[in-house]
Amino acid sequence: MIYLWAFLVGGAICLIGQVLMDVFRLQPAQVVSILVVVGAVLGGLGLYDPIVRFAGAGATVPITSFGNALAQGAIAEGKVHGLVGVITGIFELTSAGISAAIVFAFLTAVFFRPKG
Amino acid sequence: MPKAQLKKATPVMQAYQAFASAREPARPMARNFAIAFVAGGLVCVLGQAVSDFFVYVCGFSRKDAGNPTVAVLIAISCLLTGLGVFDKIARFTGAGTAIPVTGFANAMASAALESKTEGWVLGVGANMFKLAGAVIVWGVVAAFFIGLLHTLVAPGR
Amino acid sequence: MLRGHQSWVFEHRPMILSTAAIGGPMEAKGPLADDFDLLHADIRMEQKSWEQAERTLLDEACQKAIEKAGLTKEAISFLIAGDLMNQIISSSFAARTLAVPYLGIFGACSTSMEGLALASLLVNARAARYALAATVSHNAAVEKHYRYPTEYGAQKPPTAQWTVTAGAAAVVAPNDGKGEHPVVTRATIGRVVDMGLSDPFNMGAAMAPAALDTLVSHFRDFDLPHDYYDLVLTGDLGRVGSRILRDLMVEHRVDIPQDRYADAGVLIYGDLPEVLAGGSGCGCSASVAYGHVQRRLRQGELRRVLVVATGALLSPISYQQKETIPCIAHAVAIEWPEAACQTGGRAT
Repeated sequence: MIYLWAFLVGGAICLIGQVLMDVFRLQPAQVVSILVVVGAVLGGLGLYDPIVRFAGAGATVPITSFGNALAQGAIAEGKVHGLVGVITGIFELTSAGISAAIVFAFLTAVFFRPKG
Repeated sequence: MPKAQLKKATPVMQAYQAFASAREPARPMARNFAIAFVAGGLVCVLGQAVSDFFVYVCGFSRKDAGNPTVAVLIAISCLLTGLGVFDKIARFTGAGTAIPVTGFANAMASAALESKTEGWVLGVGANMFKLAGAVIVWGVVAAFFIGLLHTLVAPGR
Repeated sequence: MLRGHQSWVFEHRPMILSTAAIGGPMEAKGPLADDFDLLHADIRMEQKSWEQAERTLLDEACQKAIEKAGLTKEAISFLIAGDLMNQIISSSFAARTLAVPYLGIFGACSTSMEGLALASLLVNARAARYALAATVSHNAAVEKHYRYPTEYGAQKPPTAQWTVTAGAAAVVAPNDGKGEHPVVTRATIGRVVDMGLSDPFNMGAAMAPAALDTLVSHFRDFDLPHDYYDLVLTGDLGRVGSRILRDLMVEHRVDIPQDRYADAGVLIYGDLPEVLAGGSGCGCSASVAYGHVQRRLRQGELRRVLVVATGALLSPISYQQKETIPCIAHAVAIEWPEAACQTGGRAT
């Protein structure tokens, strides 16, 4: 059942992205930036985690999840250390994703050449 | 001439813009939407399968499985980018591969790969975030303000 | 000599002694493949970078043209070349290889005819003996510099064009009176035209008004009938831009017969689906003009051709700063001596 929701919710978020690209003529980088902010806002409102609970990877794989994780990190640390915590907590939950991306992108450059 | 005046289109320009728009082949939007939906859904289904692997086979908790799942998807995307296959798929799937974390990984890997000829520091190092940097900047800035709001409205609760 | 407002008539009829066109793998798949002197199977051309591959194309085109002219590079008076790279480095390095006095020009995709017009002007004015006009573009190098990394998964709209991977060159020489080569008879230098379009994925629509402006100026300056040429070839308007130009010509009563107008960006790739709206880039107009069209001229199929190379003068930064796209088109007439009319237009 969760696979069905993962498919539907994930597909829906990507569909929103495609609409932004085709109808509003935005570049991919702009669309992704908008969606990450949306994820952060929904995370701040406490609305993203419920979506994760029933859609699983349909909510954690799209880039909106990155925004949610950044916001949750800031909020959680902010509760403990106040304003300083808001800044120090941002990458708390997402450092794995960013580290993985840097390392694997680097390895891609080591082992491959662009094909044009 | 003041900047505002320069940017304003004259009637002749407006007429031509309408003329050109009328002769522009339309984007196959319905097709793009359908493919993006299905492709995006499938990428997330793959993510769910990977997450289940970590939970049921490796014994992670669902929460702990999140990070390795993302790492696996990133690794796959980087590999496909290096093999020169990702862009051929993405031309077709559009947002279906650009919106999931696969798009983020491809943006970084392709930028790093392309800049290899400019060296490891000034090329690969400096250019890796050329396309992906925007999402990190905006995500962090948004998270900061949201965290700030939370701290001001509901401190320590 | 100046003719009309913005045109030159080359009364001494400099001849195109030789031309060369070198292409890449996509061009090898297109319908004009046989009109290239050499086609590379690999887009990297055994070089370390896309930029070096672009240089290789230009080097090969220049050397082939010089060889076909029966000359050595020492005989060339001037190289007039340009390309799409920052600081036109491909042309600068080709000039280094040839060790020939060098005039670098930038006209974006209109460089081919800008170069040919200037080369013809120099030879006509006896300011050069042999002048070499050359240009090049490379798909991957241009994508890297202007758009996205080549392995980035971007989805392009149907109005986008495919940068041609080709280098092409022409050797212009003083007319030797033997009538064995086509001659350059006249040229019209374009003005920058900007109709307020700003989509870099639809350059055809941005450039069509510039092509129209130059065509109108050409026919006005030389007082020629609109059906004078057997072929009017625009550089890289592509399917979208050429359709717009056809309609613009009808609307503005530029009565070039529809079957005598063609666009190099459409011709070079035919129906290949991955090229979307067609070919673009400096190499597009150049390789078609110096390959396919030259062949048809020399075989007698065409007697009078007007090549109108079109260029979009934008930069990646100008687009990010929400600037519109200024465009330009330069026209050069290439004819057989007997077919060219003796006097053209009003003297100034």
